[in-house]
Amino acid sequence: MTNLALRRAYSGFMVVVAGLCTLLAAGVLAAVIFYVVQNGAGALTPSFFTRLPAPIGISGGGIANAIAGSALVIAMASLAAIPIGILAGIYLALYGRGKTATAVRFLSDVLTGVPSIAIGVFAYALVVLPSRHFSALSASVALAIIMLPIIVRTTEEAVRLVPHSIREGALALGIPSWKAVLLVTLPCARAGIVTGTLLAIARVAGESAPLLFTAFGSLFWGRGINSPTAALPLIIFNYAISPYKDWQQFAWGGALVLIIFVFLLNLAARLALPSRMPVR
Amino acid sequence: MTVDLRTQSLNAYYGKHMAVRDITINFEKNAITALIGPSGCGKSTLLRCLNRMHEVIANTRVEGQVVLDGENLYDPGVDPTALRRRIGMVFQRANPFPTMTIKENVVAGVRLAGEVTQRSALDAIAEKSLRQAALWDEVKDKLNQSGTSLSGGQQQRLCIARALAVEPEVLLMDEPASALDPISTMKIEELMRDLKKTYTIVIVTHNMQQAARCSDYTGFMLAGEATPGELVEFGDSSSIFTTPKDPRTEDYITGRFG
Ligand SMILES: Nc1ncnc2c1ncn2[C@@H]1O[C@H](COP(=O)(O)OP(=O)(O)O)[C@@H](O)[C@H]1O
Ligand SMILES: [Mg+2]
Repeated sequence: MTNLALRRAYSGFMVVVAGLCTLLAAGVLAAVIFYVVQNGAGALTPSFFTRLPAPIGISGGGIANAIAGSALVIAMASLAAIPIGILAGIYLALYGRGKTATAVRFLSDVLTGVPSIAIGVFAYALVVLPSRHFSALSASVALAIIMLPIIVRTTEEAVRLVPHSIREGALALGIPSWKAVLLVTLPCARAGIVTGTLLAIARVAGESAPLLFTAFGSLFWGRGINSPTAALPLIIFNYAISPYKDWQQFAWGGALVLIIFVFLLNLAARLALPSRMPVR
Repeated sequence: MTVDLRTQSLNAYYGKHMAVRDITINFEKNAITALIGPSGCGKSTLLRCLNRMHEVIANTRVEGQVVLDGENLYDPGVDPTALRRRIGMVFQRANPFPTMTIKENVVAGVRLAGEVTQRSALDAIAEKSLRQAALWDEVKDKLNQSGTSLSGGQQQRLCIARALAVEPEVLLMDEPASALDPISTMKIEELMRDLKKTYTIVIVTHNMQQAARCSDYTGFMLAGEATPGELVEFGDSSSIFTTPKDPRTEDYITGRFG
């Protein structure tokens, strides 16, 4: 064979290998979704979303408390992480030149890589130990810490992409600097910021490790942010390893709800992106 | 609505790098003053010193004075946001706010500063400013479309309207037509001649025909290899372009360099 023919053959072979790998990756994803839907769809009855878990041996019931608990924990985490993260991101993008900014950037990159269980331990030490009880609040603290670096860095990137000339145009009109940033620059970066925020929420929605020793789990409705609460990932774990058939099916159902939620968030993040990007 | 604007021994720096040195110019009221010179000689820098936009860039510094109606704009008590409402600016590249409609762009200055909030008042300001910028007829039916949907020349006139809407007394224009086609350029030049009845205008251009066509006074600036930009010659545009006193000015306007 000539050199060229050899290279052609090699190239063709690699294309096939790459294609097979792609298929494998997509296949695994499809299998996960198929499995979860197959096993979980049956669990999704109205009572699944409205009732408390039924005692062992009694059929029926639902995981309404876990859904509500997850919603509460995620909402509180978002309430803290979104404003702080966005403001920090703006700061890094517009004023972040000195040593402090470099340090913040480095730390948030490190924080992104810290295993979530370590962050759970941290929240445990920070909130649970001093207050002497597990709580929705402590779980929110853990999730907020996980969300923060994601939001900071995506906001920074999005704000950085807004041309400098836009802010200068606003300043030249005699608009005060803070208003120029919040009312002119920030809306231009909105799509990127929304995307980053939604992805951060999607990321923590399925986190279970940090909830183990913060939210702790519960079979009842939560009694406020200072008491333990049920959460979807926890109930999925507890039910999945239980010996009871109907609990196992609930675990699949919970997993399906979680996947649908994350899928919708990703979809929304996608839809947010192309609209009204700055044109320069 | 006319003012007295001049600079006194103005030096401007980017970090340690001195970009313009010892500029003293009187900008005549109700006249167009053009700043010409090869690229990099400090025209934009000087212009941005006039409304304190120079300091928006990090690590910059200004020495000397810019005097507006007897007040040094670099006095510690002067609020740069307030003075920028008196000295408006149009940039080289049209920079309409991309998330705003045409109308929102025009009234952004008064609205975001919280000066005017009433809808009817904002509508009136938008119409007046767009008429002043000779853009009203072209956009009156699409005021709620995005500002970035307009053509380049229209976008630049939109930026002029936006600057006029805050009712400044001086208008600074940094090569406002350099990115535009000849017809848009002509429109902007016509517009400037119109506006000088009400405003004091300073325009930066490296298009000498443009300076000769529409300015009353011209300053020629030049920077050396390692020296900052300086004002070589200043005078009536007619004499600068016909009988320049400095040989370097003559070299430049006859196209021998730059
Ligand atoms: N943002 C900046 N940072 C550092 N140096 C700059 C900056 N802008 C301009 N300069 C320098 O200042 C000098 C004058 O530039 P400028 O005022 O833009 O000239 P002109 O508008 O006449 O082309 C040039 O030497 C340029 O390199
Ligand atoms: Mg310039």
